[in-house]
Amino acid sequence: MSESGAAEPEEDAARRVATEARERVHFEEEALGFADQVYRVARRMVGTREEAEELVQDTYARAFRSWRSFTPGTNMRAWLLRILTNLNTDRGRKIQRTPDSQPLEEGDYYLANRLAAVEGEQALEQEQVVERLSQGGVVNALAELPHDFRDVVVLVDLGEFSYADAAQILDIPIGTVMSRLHRGRRILKQTLAEETLS
Amino acid sequence: MSDADCEKCEELLQGYLDRDLTPAEVAIAEGHLGGCEYCRRRYRFEAQLRRYIRTTATERMPAGLMAKLTELRGPTADGL
Repeated sequence: MSESGAAEPEEDAARRVATEARERVHFEEEALGFADQVYRVARRMVGTREEAEELVQDTYARAFRSWRSFTPGTNMRAWLLRILTNLNTDRGRKIQRTPDSQPLEEGDYYLANRLAAVEGEQALEQEQVVERLSQGGVVNALAELPHDFRDVVVLVDLGEFSYADAAQILDIPIGTVMSRLHRGRRILKQTLAEETLS
Repeated sequence: MSDADCEKCEELLQGYLDRDLTPAEVAIAEGHLGGCEYCRRRYRFEAQLRRYIRTTATERMPAGLMAKLTELRGPTADGL
């Protein structure tokens, strides 16, 4: 590949254009391979299916425009989700109470304890005991999480990203990922207990 | 098994499920889970709950979205 710029022979220039085009096509195909996984995360970060579709389309439009800023060999799924969460923040999510003003949540065993209180301690032994919590209940409880918590819970527990990837995607320290995840899961279980077991 | 041990186990359980504990903490958690039915039931419940949340809250990409995304590709996508 010539680095000489103005003096670049026509043949080299043509080869360079062709190489770049191939790299771009390769990038686009790899990115499209993650579309379903990107959508699954997007769907739980916003309220409706239509919004999720729009957000994913905006994400891919931006990714295809700025494909040169992706470093080959790094985590493309995380790179796409970084674009997506930035766009989602730009969309001006409605103002919520800040996480610190949330009431102190119950402990990690809260949901299991509530279930045991309603159904008996032995119920916890059953294979399908979680199905006592309806699918709609789970989806609603996730939707009700304050968004700072929800983003982390969705990335780690649904998207199966590592703490480190989630930190990079959301541009927050890893310790913040861990504390939001921990508190987010507790709030989620509290909501599930209140909405599906009362 | 004392209540303090169960409290410690409750505190470690999420990290244990995330495989994010130090070897010393893993030893504490497993040592307690081995002898405490109360915490073991809750451990199994938490593991089951995580899988359940992941599967119930996951929605596949709608038909037609892939075609829309493909249309967003650059002009070089054809003919190579």
